[in-house]
Amino acid sequence: MTKKQKNMLYRIIIAAVIYIPLFVMEHMGKLEFETTFPISFLLFMVPYVIVGWDIVYRAVRNISHGQVFDENFLMCIATFGALGVQEYSEAVAVMLFYQIGELFQGYAVGKSRQSISEMMDICPEYANIEVDGQLKQVDPDDVSVGDIIVVKAGERIPLDGVVVSGTSFVDTSALTGESVPRKVGEGSEIISGCVNGSGLLKVKTTKEFDDSTVAKILELVENASSKKAKVENFITKFAKYYTPFVVCAAVVLAIFPPLVLSQPFGEWLKRACIFLVISCPCALVISVPLGFFGGIGAASRQGVLVKGSNYLEVLSEMKTIVFDKTGTLTKGEFAVSKILPGEECKEEELLEMAALAEGFSDHPVAGALKNAYVERVSSALSMERVADAREIPGHGIMARIDGNLVCAGNAKLMEKEGVWYEANPEPGTVVYLAKDGIYMGSIVISDTVKPEARQAISQLRRSGVAKTVMLTGDRREVGEAVAHELGIDQVYTDLLPGDKVDKVESLLSELGEKERLGFVGDGINDAPVLGRADIGIAMGSMGSDAAIEAADIVLMDDDIMKISAVMRIARQTLKIVKQNIVFALLVKAAVLLLGALGMANMWEAVFADVGVSVIAILNSMRTLKVK
Amino acid sequence: MKKKFKLVDLDCANCAAKMENAIKKIDGVTDANVSFMMQKMTIEADDARFDEIMQEVVRVCKKVEPDCQIQM
Repeated sequence: MTKKQKNMLYRIIIAAVIYIPLFVMEHMGKLEFETTFPISFLLFMVPYVIVGWDIVYRAVRNISHGQVFDENFLMCIATFGALGVQEYSEAVAVMLFYQIGELFQGYAVGKSRQSISEMMDICPEYANIEVDGQLKQVDPDDVSVGDIIVVKAGERIPLDGVVVSGTSFVDTSALTGESVPRKVGEGSEIISGCVNGSGLLKVKTTKEFDDSTVAKILELVENASSKKAKVENFITKFAKYYTPFVVCAAVVLAIFPPLVLSQPFGEWLKRACIFLVISCPCALVISVPLGFFGGIGAASRQGVLVKGSNYLEVLSEMKTIVFDKTGTLTKGEFAVSKILPGEECKEEELLEMAALAEGFSDHPVAGALKNAYVERVSSALSMERVADAREIPGHGIMARIDGNLVCAGNAKLMEKEGVWYEANPEPGTVVYLAKDGIYMGSIVISDTVKPEARQAISQLRRSGVAKTVMLTGDRREVGEAVAHELGIDQVYTDLLPGDKVDKVESLLSELGEKERLGFVGDGINDAPVLGRADIGIAMGSMGSDAAIEAADIVLMDDDIMKISAVMRIARQTLKIVKQNIVFALLVKAAVLLLGALGMANMWEAVFADVGVSVIAILNSMRTLKVK
Repeated sequence: MKKKFKLVDLDCANCAAKMENAIKKIDGVTDANVSFMMQKMTIEADDARFDEIMQEVVRVCKKVEPDCQIQM
């Protein structure tokens, strides 16, 4: 609690201690004084002033500033009205409960704000720079690109850069939600906001602080509340009309029946006061944005940045999801996916032969073969066994291995050399191998599908996505094979970057009302599509800066499984927000109606105002905990 | 120029919305955003007249919510 809140708490306690005996005495009939001097009024004024003087003061001050219809003013009118009809006890009670509610509300909002900012506590306070052999702490803002900074164990990495010396494990959980620390060493790129686990790192900065990941993320999160959901805008508009409407109704209620129908003035004034107590839209004005804020917070704890509450709203209505293939569903790197040895040869032998033949090449295919060999057979490739390796452009490589002539290349090479081979129809790049003119087998190299992709797709389907689509610039066989493997409904292949926008547009036109389309890409030439879709989801760690800027949602650790998790958070957030709206409006409407009919008292009105507010806030705080 | 300010004792969401609207009406302010959740205010305004505009912003905020302080 802040000092201000503590003060308020003391005032409430003191006022309550004075009020309760007065209340009891009144009910036992001991406060009936037979004098013209208003003793009981003065007695009740003591707790009233203690607990509510600031409300009266603020009401007067704000009116002098031209701010009329604020809560302070309304509470004053309501309590003055109660005093006017000699309901002293209720006037104090209304003020007391109002203040308790306000205190609780302030505390709850502060608490949830704190827990969100703790979660987003990724901002580095300083950077260490070496000056004349001495470490000096400077503001990260003052470090320029190319400077060498020193990050000690346990410190937060202040700027993006490349490690020049030292090895360590870095904890990226604050940024990506990934709890396994990542190993870094000389040459590794590291991003700001992560925590250096064990070793001392010297880092050469590659970006200024303002362009570093951490500054960008903070900016995104801070700006998130400015992009409001439709529900939020509705509430803002609603609040604008609600208060004047209820206040006018109260005035009519106070004046019309007594004057026209000659009803007792006091009774109708009381009913009007009940209206005034309920006239504040606080429950909605606070709980709705708080709910969205909590939802965004819950998503960021999962390593997903949502750039505004409107995107949570859209996400909850997502019916079609379009994926880019390379880098999103697949790793975007080549790897050996299949080894098909011929009759004369074993798998390892074939792989060894291929790796040796391609050993001197720096083509991605060669890299994939060498990696596979290192992974599956042995860590050392004895290149001294290879002689006369030469590349035949557009065909492959011919080399002497242990004196035998080995050909490694595509079908054209086999035909050129007159070797019989077994055609391999697999999608991807196929390398055929022949030794001394005899076919040995073939190896398929393809972009590997992310291991979690299939599960991610089926989870999305379970979360209510009706259609999954894949777009790729790749060949038809490759695209269709991937789509089939992952269980994707539709696939469009051989697309140029511009075609992707057209495809997304035609998919958008197929959507019904209240159905939304999301696009997921890694950002390499995806930015236009990300912008065109109802909701653009980009890969954060692999994607380009342009994509992160164009996207509405960023997956910090590139894990597409998180999409369905965020959809769940979005749904839950919307559900909680709607619960609050319906609950608050119903209670208020009910008490207004009962109040107008003379069936509600001040106590119920206070509950409809502050009680509802507190309940709605507590409900909103649940969004923070959505997993 | 865009600048951020911390707000102290911004206690009600309704006031934040009122402050935002009032600031947006000031001449020379291109965009303003008062975030109740972050307790922060972002103001985008004319470079040349920024200080002058800020004085006006402080005045307007005092009028709407006198308890709230802008940290410069």
